[in-house]
Amino acid sequence: MENEYTKNEICLEFDAISENEGLARVVIAAFVARLDPAIDALEDVKTAVSEAVTNAVIHGYGERGGRVVMRAAISADKELSVEIIDSGVGIADVEQAMQPLFTTGLANERSGMGFSFMEAFMDRLEVESHVGEGTCVHMWKSFGGRQEETEPVLQAAVWNRSGRV
Amino acid sequence: MEKKMEEYAIIDDYLCIRMPGEVDHHGAAGIRECADRLILDDKVKNIVFDFEDTTFMDSSGLGIIIGRYRKISCFGGKVYAINANERISRILKASGMSSIIEILTGWSTSTLPESDKDTV
Repeated sequence: MENEYTKNEICLEFDAISENEGLARVVIAAFVARLDPAIDALEDVKTAVSEAVTNAVIHGYGERGGRVVMRAAISADKELSVEIIDSGVGIADVEQAMQPLFTTGLANERSGMGFSFMEAFMDRLEVESHVGEGTCVHMWKSFGGRQEETEPVLQAAVWNRSGRV
Repeated sequence: MEKKMEEYAIIDDYLCIRMPGEVDHHGAAGIRECADRLILDDKVKNIVFDFEDTTFMDSSGLGIIIGRYRKISCFGGKVYAINANERISRILKASGMSSIIEILTGWSTSTLPESDKDTV
């Protein structure tokens, strides 16, 4: 296994429509493929990107369209960094938004697990948001060294008969 | 959304929904609308989500399941997930969905459990 890796960066800008959730997944999967990732690790990244782009489409732009930017980089030590950036409404209370099961999308039956998925499937997650300016979700995952089989640790959600806590 | 009706079947009092290859927000509305129209059929008591074709699911899939669960659980119906691969099963379990649905392995729509007739 090589120790050094040539760093690589991409930037993709696309319309904030649901169809592009799949596009973002395919692009990030192709970008990460050169690291020869374990299948589970690859699926983890696809899932996290899907969540972040979906958030931008639904919450950032209220499904009325806009532009989403995905910036991704692989460092020399095989760490992937992905940013999903929108110029939408922004999040007033990021801490609250990141609580498992918190959702403003009840009418559309959102599970409120988006950020939990991103946290569970990536090594690190940072969210920067300004109301009226937009949101940047920044995630990292290392593909260097031994890739462990990790069980996703989702904040245990408890569903009762009405389907919510 | 009249497309792909063959992916929905009513067998006895089960509504069987064959989930697509990728379950995300993009396809969620179509599945929701189709399923809910069929749930109105008064025969439907239970719902089976068949994940045989599914290789990808994000949290949008949980929203679909929870929403359908809410609609039928008050009438004593049950929700099942069948043929889920290892990753989808893990996502369902890790997100706590197994507290409201039954995740069955080795089932197919031809071997559905006998409906629990005692349930009100």
